[in-house]
Amino acid sequence: MPGVNMIVCCKQVLDPEAPPSVFKVDPASNRMTVPPDIKPVIGQYEEFALEAALKIKDKTGGKIVTLSLGNKLVRDVIKKTLAVGGDDLILLEDEAFEGGDSWSTAYALATAIKKIGEYDLIFCGRQSSDWDAGQVGLGIAEILGIPAVTLARKVEVTDGKARIERVVPDGYEVVEVAFPVLITVTSEVGALRYAALKGIMAAAKKQPTMWKPGDIGLEPAQVGAAGRRTKLNKLFQPVKEAKCEMIEGETPAEAGANLAVRLRQAKIL
Amino acid sequence: MAENKGVLVYGELTEGKLAAITTELLGCGRRLADDLKEDLSCLLASDMFGEASKEVIAFGADKVYEVEDPSLRQYQADSYMQVVEKLVKDTSPRAVLIGQTSVGRDLAPRLAFRLGVGLATDCLDLSIDPETKLLLQTRPAYGGNAQAIFSSELMPQVVTIRTKAMSPMERDESRKGEIISTKLEIDMSKVRTATLEMVKEEVAGVKLEDAPVIVSGGRGIGGPEPFQTTLKELADLLHGGVGATRPPADNGWVSEAMHIGLTGKIVAPDIYIAIAISGASQHIAGCSGSKNLIAINKDPEANIFKEAAFGVVGKYEEVVPAFTNKLKELLAS
Repeated sequence: MPGVNMIVCCKQVLDPEAPPSVFKVDPASNRMTVPPDIKPVIGQYEEFALEAALKIKDKTGGKIVTLSLGNKLVRDVIKKTLAVGGDDLILLEDEAFEGGDSWSTAYALATAIKKIGEYDLIFCGRQSSDWDAGQVGLGIAEILGIPAVTLARKVEVTDGKARIERVVPDGYEVVEVAFPVLITVTSEVGALRYAALKGIMAAAKKQPTMWKPGDIGLEPAQVGAAGRRTKLNKLFQPVKEAKCEMIEGETPAEAGANLAVRLRQAKIL
Repeated sequence: MAENKGVLVYGELTEGKLAAITTELLGCGRRLADDLKEDLSCLLASDMFGEASKEVIAFGADKVYEVEDPSLRQYQADSYMQVVEKLVKDTSPRAVLIGQTSVGRDLAPRLAFRLGVGLATDCLDLSIDPETKLLLQTRPAYGGNAQAIFSSELMPQVVTIRTKAMSPMERDESRKGEIISTKLEIDMSKVRTATLEMVKEEVAGVKLEDAPVIVSGGRGIGGPEPFQTTLKELADLLHGGVGATRPPADNGWVSEAMHIGLTGKIVAPDIYIAIAISGASQHIAGCSGSKNLIAINKDPEANIFKEAAFGVVGKYEEVVPAFTNKLKELLAS
């Protein structure tokens, strides 16, 4: 069979692995900030999504277009998608894309995907690594009017169909669906492979395709903050009062024994 | 279009019985409906009904819409969506409450996008703005490092609610309500996915969601073996279960069923013993409802100590066996 046309949506996010103490809300803009030395990353679930696509490319052949939406996307962060084996990178990059919600993001991505035109499989992460909403993938599928399968842990393709292992609470179900289909991917797919030096060099030379709202036929009023269907009233960090009682001892073992005594005394155990 | 009124709960059943999340949604929905002085209704979709609808009323609903169809034996997006979309359009609720469960995560975004309305997933708190009557939707963001309050003027306002975040009402069999059997034609030609097989992956031991005690390990455990020895010995002593953060599950040290956190299980035991867990917000999101959190970690600066009620700084290989032995001795006396 001819190669599979795949699109992977990737979001650049504040590094979710950064220590919790560096996350600070800027109350004026209602936005989360981290110090400038903490580099953004591609969301962890989008990395899994990209790995799912690469596994199919390894096995069946095909083309992977990665698509990212935002403003001030850091080139060497987002170009990782090319370095590991993506074929083309399209950036929806504009100030107007800022401050969007799941609705305006899914709408812009779906519109861009229509412009790309040819696709068999669209991959998204199960949820973003910053807002964790888990809406954009399903939203794209609804807007495009194509089926969607969520929480994939394995994806294989044969004869114009995808066979997907979908995680459910007590195990998984095997789902079959004809192309085109949108698939959201969970961590069990496996970590994204490392980029080989050759891949990094090739990616450095490649220029991403840049699309502004007008290039996909959207008005600035339809994207980003202007296109929201939800209102963010407030972003805040609840104050936690640390009240941990530290149990000590001459040695770690003694501290462990003292913990048992203290928990018995407090009638917790 | 008719004015949107009332609160609709999307009910889930497990083996014909009300799922715990449904009683939680009803508890929350009742409170919101009372604030609005409007009705609380509940949609149940299944291939057969036992006493579930009566239970829905006993837990607070005024109306239950029962949609019975052989094709609803198991959740499948394209068949269930037909039911939910039709019922929501027919009943025009002001708010739709759905559980942040396996089904809810899959269903709610489809519903919101199909209706063209806003959605806040994984809400921890909901209230009615006294002025606008809009639903104020509080949900975590940035892996739990922040919370955000959303609202939307588009009707219905759709939300999913985190499991164990809301309290059910006291069950009251004397409550009165109406059960409405609703027949809907489900167009199977619109079902685009085929489920070929269901594979159960059984986990030995106590079910984590129900366990009163959980002994949980993080990346710092270092490998699969201590989960089956050091941690299990302590869990067995306390009649509890063993859990883990995401890295041990991703590394294959433990099964995914043991993963506790934002994208794993949400638990709220009486006692949660976090061993070699740094306390990333994504993990805390899965265990912050625990009554007593006890942390053992070699790093005195670990974030987990900000969450814990009791803590010990030290290598778990030394602390835990001594803790288990002393506890064994104390419990025996």
